[in-house]
Amino acid sequence: MKAAVVTFPGSNCDRDLAVALKQAGADVQRVWHKDTSLPQGLDLVAVPGGFSYGDYLRCGAIAAHSPIAPALRAHAERGGYMLGICNGFQVLTELGLLPGALMRNAGLTFLCKPATLRVETADNVFTAGYRTGQQISVPVAHHDGNYQIDAEGLTALRDQDRIAFTYAPAINGSVADIAGVLSANRRVLGMMPHPERAADPALGGTDGAALFAGLVGRLALA
Amino acid sequence: MKARVTIMLKDGVLDPQGEAIRHALGGLGHKGVTGVRQGKLIELDLDATDPEAARAEVARMCEGLLANTVIEKYAIEIA
Repeated sequence: MKAAVVTFPGSNCDRDLAVALKQAGADVQRVWHKDTSLPQGLDLVAVPGGFSYGDYLRCGAIAAHSPIAPALRAHAERGGYMLGICNGFQVLTELGLLPGALMRNAGLTFLCKPATLRVETADNVFTAGYRTGQQISVPVAHHDGNYQIDAEGLTALRDQDRIAFTYAPAINGSVADIAGVLSANRRVLGMMPHPERAADPALGGTDGAALFAGLVGRLALA
Repeated sequence: MKARVTIMLKDGVLDPQGEAIRHALGGLGHKGVTGVRQGKLIELDLDATDPEAARAEVARMCEGLLANTVIEKYAIEIA
């Protein structure tokens, strides 16, 4: 299973994400924001957390117009798998690959703590390692994780079973407590919590490891 | 020619920063403030000489980058 992790100026979870994917068995390559193409034969492109381009204008907005951006969009449009974590989720919404937007936390504080998540669906390669309804503990570290979508969009997410994770309890004001959403083809996941920070016992938790193990295992079979 | 773009959260979107400002103003004794919305002001210097063409181009800038129209609205002034 071949994966690439994209690094923007200001990304700071790129190495952790690469390590988590490698530990799960993926062959991981690194891609720089100034690259204009992705390596051939990729199964997964992962967009990491951090503060791409200093969060200037809006979180993820400048990254969505960086030199690598057209290749990311093309990968998703041809049915490739993508995982965006934290700032990566913000980048995927700014790219238009996931619906909705992420704005300033309702409490205005930067939230850096373990969060309890509820797995809302296991019907996709990312959360297939969990049970629907399972509660897991995964750290969050964000200032702009307040997920917003209009009523029509929320109805579509619910009807199509595209809410991957919710916060239990709510932490940042997100509509319907949403912590992660899937694309219509279920091959793109964006989530604010950091499973790569809970994928090794040395990090204080392993509830995120099943995401990488499930993902790499299923894409290796595909 | 200059363009001034004002970007605000859409009316239905709760503005947590505006609420915090309103609360702080109340703390300063300004009791009559019933609502605060805050946003961004972006000034552009343009080569364009035709105001309508400039406005149309700035609108494309807003749609493409300056505003996230999922949650934000924008207003353009050309001067």
